[in-house]
Amino acid sequence: MRPDPLRSKAVLSDLARSPTPLGRRSFLGLGALLTGSLALGGKPATADPAQDSPPADAPWSQSIGAGVVDRPYGRPADTEASVIRRNVPWLTAGTESSVSFSPLQELQGIITPNGLFFERHHAGWPSIDPAQHKLMIHGLVERPLLLTMKDILRFPQTTRIHFIECPANGGMNWRAAQMNSLQFSHGMVSCAEWTGVKLSTLLEEVGIKKEAKWAMVEGADGAHMNRSLPLDKCLDDCLVVYAQNGEALRPEQGYPLRLVVPGWEGNVNIKWLRRIKLGEKPWHTREETSKYTDLMPDGTSRGFTWLMDAKSVVTFPCPEKPIDGPGLYEIRGLAWTGNGKVKRVDVSTDGGVNWQAARLHEPILSKALTKFTLPWRWDGRPALVASRVIDETGYVQPTVAQLRAQRGSNSIYHNNSIQTWQVKPDGSVFNVQLA
Amino acid sequence: MYSSRRIGLLLAALLAAACTRAGAAEPGHFGYGSVATPAQIAGWDIDARGEDGTGLPPGKGTVDRGAEVYAEQCAACHGTFGEGEGRFPKLVGGVGSLRDERPEPTVGSYWPFAPTLWDYINRAMPMPAPHTLSADEVYALTAYILSLNDLVPNEFVADRNSLPKVKMRNRDNFIWTDPRPDTAAKPCMNACVNAADVRIASTAEGRNLTPRTTGPLDTMQPK
Repeated sequence: MRPDPLRSKAVLSDLARSPTPLGRRSFLGLGALLTGSLALGGKPATADPAQDSPPADAPWSQSIGAGVVDRPYGRPADTEASVIRRNVPWLTAGTESSVSFSPLQELQGIITPNGLFFERHHAGWPSIDPAQHKLMIHGLVERPLLLTMKDILRFPQTTRIHFIECPANGGMNWRAAQMNSLQFSHGMVSCAEWTGVKLSTLLEEVGIKKEAKWAMVEGADGAHMNRSLPLDKCLDDCLVVYAQNGEALRPEQGYPLRLVVPGWEGNVNIKWLRRIKLGEKPWHTREETSKYTDLMPDGTSRGFTWLMDAKSVVTFPCPEKPIDGPGLYEIRGLAWTGNGKVKRVDVSTDGGVNWQAARLHEPILSKALTKFTLPWRWDGRPALVASRVIDETGYVQPTVAQLRAQRGSNSIYHNNSIQTWQVKPDGSVFNVQLA
Repeated sequence: MYSSRRIGLLLAALLAAACTRAGAAEPGHFGYGSVATPAQIAGWDIDARGEDGTGLPPGKGTVDRGAEVYAEQCAACHGTFGEGEGRFPKLVGGVGSLRDERPEPTVGSYWPFAPTLWDYINRAMPMPAPHTLSADEVYALTAYILSLNDLVPNEFVADRNSLPKVKMRNRDNFIWTDPRPDTAAKPCMNACVNAADVRIASTAEGRNLTPRTTGPLDTMQPK
């Protein structure tokens, strides 16, 4: 029996060691080959690709790979298995009312892949049959409507890129530097391309009565999550979306229908959207009274603080991505603002003594993540790396000390302060706060 | 060719359209979906407004009845007297703590409106089976939790009229307008602070709070 010329001994020995199940296609002729080559104890015919003596052909260069529908949906490379959303088990009683964090340290652009978009559920994510899902719009309207998903898909379509950030992002850093991780300190922000229908189109279709000033938006999950929104924001730029990054919403992001409220706190972006009711006054729901309000040092609280102020963070270096010896690097990061576009980002490597303007990368979109970079020659000495964003309204990202001077440290929400990473001589990186 | 009269009519129609909100078409322009019937609206419409209780349904519940429902449906997570269990929320306590280092926001110390409590229990509780309690049971639970917080007497009966009248302790301590921007940093570029004054005030190093960010999901619990 002669081996299939398409297959090398090296690949077969590799396949035989493979911890993952072999695809059906891979079994073609495998039995014969196993007896043929492996039984002879064949040594790999190729050089170790990690060695540097050319020419070195790796096993994957001397074999044929898997075919087109080997993975009909697709998935990341096996070696990227660590790039996943993660939670902090000790933070909440269970995972159903909890949050997962996006691995920002591994993401290279402004779009968050759908499988890595951070999650926040209050009663777990429901599994909804879109054929049974309906959206009701009623209250102070001329013509209350019940819309099926098929109905909603017929309305004129809009596609825009926006970030969504949980207002508790960075909440664990209010009192002190606690989480030694970019993922856990900043991972409650993600950005996607959303497709759906403008909320204004739906509200015009039902006809808004002139007394209407507010909308109550409600989800179909077990929490029946609901929030009040001013009608002006609803008519300005809100979207009722069914698609994210070109495909249907994922169940954990609100499938089949969610609200996107650009630039405003994540909690108002109601998922599994089932009802919109117009009224004269806000509802003062539990989510906008006992939660998602900012407790000030004098004991008063701020409610209806929907806007996510300008914020930025350096994504390299960071605790998960230490520096590999002195030399030339590119400091990389992300900036965003709920108030429109990012105007400028400055970077400091000396704890805020001196700053340099970073390069902003296109596209720079309103209420979307914006990528920035700055070349940096690291000399191996201790450094304190930080970024500071200025948005198009002129608002400057504050230091944590400036923010605490206004709000104390009892708030859980809206910590948009400058993040400092301490770089030690061995290249390791730590989350620190400066006095 | 259009006559001047027809152009006039066209302009009038355009002006009329422009005067409606956001230049909108008339209601029902697309004609998709079905007009919701009163029965359908009644079936979907579950909200109760916090400030005045608008939307609260008929029904009522006593503190004693609430204690029974609570023991059955709520105590496992929230503790027998609302003291909380594990990391599930406390429902009582924390009065006077809102300026403290560790404030405890509860129904008694923080919530501004009593009807919000009815609305939240009705829509989201009990956590494993949300929106399965009767209106009377929700009224009873609301009465019981308010009494645990000494906000109502033991003989209190919760209903659509009595709940909006309950005076919550933190009612007047909310500001419902956003005063931000509340910081006014200046974008200084050089020698912005004295290098000798740059000092690390806190570090996450060695705190052992951070789950791992490589490999499989972590199961770490507080040390």
